[in-house]
Amino acid sequence: MSKPKVATASLAGCFGCHMSVLDIDERILKLIELVDFDKSPVDDIKEFTGRCAVGLIEGGCANEENVRVLQDFRRHCDVLISVGDCATMGGIPAMRNNIPLKECLDEAYLNGPTVYNPSGIIPNDKEIPLCLDKVYPCHEVVKIDYHMPGCPPSADTIWQTLVALLTNKPVDLPYELIKYD
Amino acid sequence: MSVNLTSAIKEICKFCGNDRTRMMDIVRAVQQQFGQVSDEAMNYIAKCVNCHRVEVESVVSFYVFLSKKQKGGVVIRLCNDVVDKMSGSEVVAEAFEKELGIKFGQTTPDGKITLEYAPCIGMCDQSPAALFNDEIITYLSTDKVKEVVADIKKHYDPSKLKHRLGDGHNADELVHSCVHNNIRNKGRVIFAEFKPEAGLKNALAMSSVEVINEVKNARLRGRGGAGFPTGMKWQFTRGAAGEKKYIICNADEGEPGTFKDRVLLTERADMLFEGMTIGGYAIGADEGILYLRGEYAYLRKFLEKVLADRRSRNLLGKDILGKKGFNFDVRIQMGAGAYICGEETSLISSCEGLRGDPKTRPPFPAQKGYLGKPTSVNNVETLCCVPRVLEMGAAWFVEVGSAGSPSTKLLSVSGDCKQPGVYEIPFGVKVSELLKMVGAEDAQALLIGGPSGQIVGSADFQRTICYDDLATGGAVVVFGPERDMVAVAADYMEFFVEESCGYCTPCRAGNVLLKKYLDKILTGCGEPEDLDILQKLGESVKITSRCGLGQTSPNPVLTTLKNFRKSYETKVKKTTNGMQPTFDIRKAVKGAETIAKRDSVIFVK
Ligand SMILES: Cc1cc2nc3c(=O)[nH]c(=O)nc-3n(C[C@H](O)[C@H](O)[C@H](O)COP(=O)(O)O)c2cc1C
Ligand code: SF4
Ligand code: SF4
Repeated sequence: MSKPKVATASLAGCFGCHMSVLDIDERILKLIELVDFDKSPVDDIKEFTGRCAVGLIEGGCANEENVRVLQDFRRHCDVLISVGDCATMGGIPAMRNNIPLKECLDEAYLNGPTVYNPSGIIPNDKEIPLCLDKVYPCHEVVKIDYHMPGCPPSADTIWQTLVALLTNKPVDLPYELIKYD
Repeated sequence: MSVNLTSAIKEICKFCGNDRTRMMDIVRAVQQQFGQVSDEAMNYIAKCVNCHRVEVESVVSFYVFLSKKQKGGVVIRLCNDVVDKMSGSEVVAEAFEKELGIKFGQTTPDGKITLEYAPCIGMCDQSPAALFNDEIITYLSTDKVKEVVADIKKHYDPSKLKHRLGDGHNADELVHSCVHNNIRNKGRVIFAEFKPEAGLKNALAMSSVEVINEVKNARLRGRGGAGFPTGMKWQFTRGAAGEKKYIICNADEGEPGTFKDRVLLTERADMLFEGMTIGGYAIGADEGILYLRGEYAYLRKFLEKVLADRRSRNLLGKDILGKKGFNFDVRIQMGAGAYICGEETSLISSCEGLRGDPKTRPPFPAQKGYLGKPTSVNNVETLCCVPRVLEMGAAWFVEVGSAGSPSTKLLSVSGDCKQPGVYEIPFGVKVSELLKMVGAEDAQALLIGGPSGQIVGSADFQRTICYDDLATGGAVVVFGPERDMVAVAADYMEFFVEESCGYCTPCRAGNVLLKKYLDKILTGCGEPEDLDILQKLGESVKITSRCGLGQTSPNPVLTTLKNFRKSYETKVKKTTNGMQPTFDIRKAVKGAETIAKRDSVIFVK
């Protein structure tokens, strides 16, 4: 029987959550025994090759490309997990949510104290995805099955969760793994 | 800082004895004079009363009648309560916007008129209604808006607005208001003829303990909503340690759909103050406070006059009616537009010059209330019953009503009925009888006890109105067969979102979430599981909130879920594609498309 497949994506995140996945250290070898990776920055597969058992999403949706990817994940994954505070709540990127988009762009490209932009152009090419009006946590765009808080969730939390899901056992998350203060 | 501002503030603070516990009066006066309580003003007030600036700002930012931002000399507040909406306040709102050329929340360019919404202002039986500063204009229509806006633009003085006068004391020169009493049914206790001072005289011939016992024997229970036995409350307050005690009359009447206290303040002010005086005698208080909601400021001068008359007749003051050593007087404390201040501990906070945050209980007000002293807070109607109990005796008082709920109750009836107004009915009346009385036999639903009470359907129309069955502080709103009860629940949740004091998370955030799920359902995006979420969320908010507001605010949702489940079920549908139906990509990229001057290439229209 072929191994179940896992896919991952980083949307509006800092890749910290992906780093945390890699932080499982040598257990990654065990993970490879359990699963195959499909679309993911880990193996650089760009588009889904088939149905996946689990999708891990880092980051919320800040632009239309994030939305496209997230919807694609929802279509291909049996179980979709929001990993980390950006995916579950918007996180740091969502700090722009109280500021109009135009002001954010002007600050980033024209007015910010460290900006050097003599031509005064705000990048605008159709290859560049359009920003959304605000940063959305993943569950406001598609249905999410599980939320894993933390910035990032620790490698152990991710490990325990994945193994439990893949081996169909109840997840065992001791207090230390879900305590964040 | 302008000399004008400093000298005015100095004067105001001095008038209030530079006493920081009179903060409400101070900031209200500054607001009235300058149309705002600016940063400068707050700094200076803090200096005058010797407190931190943040103590001033925390009050100013809490109450909707106070503002840091400059407002117009005339502030128009259109009531956007559910009942007002049912009687057409939405078109009235458009008319105001059109006539004034501004949107709600804005001030005219000349700085003279500000347009805002207000939650229930206690005029549901004559809605749509609006406040023009302290003046009230009722029965608004688009034509009337045209007239009244043209009128106000002539003088910018709401007291000069032309209008017909209401009945009874509404026509008194000190009230001079178009408000109507709409008393539809007179019972034997409140609206019957009564002999002024007879109750007080009888009381003063008895000992305080005997007075309390008489009230206990009358089994008088609080009419403000909670129904706590009044005699017992007085006994606790009397028995609490300390010499100094207070009695406070709760005239905050903010529960949407309630307006019976307004009618009592207008027509039974003497009876009310007599009740407070007897209460003062019973618990051993020499000071009383009438906490009057800001929306009823138009009654203030009249009430002050009633108090002054009583003083001149030795019904207030020293050695009242010759009773040596019994001194008692009443002051009026104005509120400033906050529903939560009807909750007794918030009300006490407000009287103390603080934000209207509820206090932690215990200690209860009877032990430690206003300024830390034992305090009895009683509703207007409760206190109006007291002189009757003392005049006619407990045995007479309990002759009517039901076993657990003796005597009569005032109901404020409004909504889809032929005769909205105030009804004094004996406790134990069947809902169906009431519906007949008010001309609403075709009712689909009834809100009993205000939004914090319950919304019931025809299955409950054979139940009775009393403490042991359908309890009510007085609000009864009728909904006709055409009304969408989910939309009604959403409107009431909007009210609680606005009025939550924000102290605790379940209420501050929970009500917002409840409202969001209702909106989701109303916009056709609801899914069957949302009903379970609403149920669980509502229960959690009730159980985990800190005060009565959050402990009851989910009721409109929970009771409609129970009694009008069909209405919910027909609005939800299952989704299968895993997408979130509320997410609208077009809306989400619209701003960026405008800025970039190009359309999305990923999500092609
Ligand atoms: C959110 C909230 C608002 C309230 N508003 C009022 C009010 O407007 N008038 C009132 O008499 N009681 C109101 N109450 C009830 C008071 O806390 C208190 O129980 C009542 O004033 C006691 O008087 P009674 O025993 O005579 O009813 C409110 C309670 C809550 C929780
Ligand atoms: S949750 Fe933290 S680690 Fe993960 S993407 Fe966001 S900021 Fe980075
Ligand atoms: S329940 Fe609501 S009103 Fe009461 S303390 Fe909490 S936030 Fe304030």
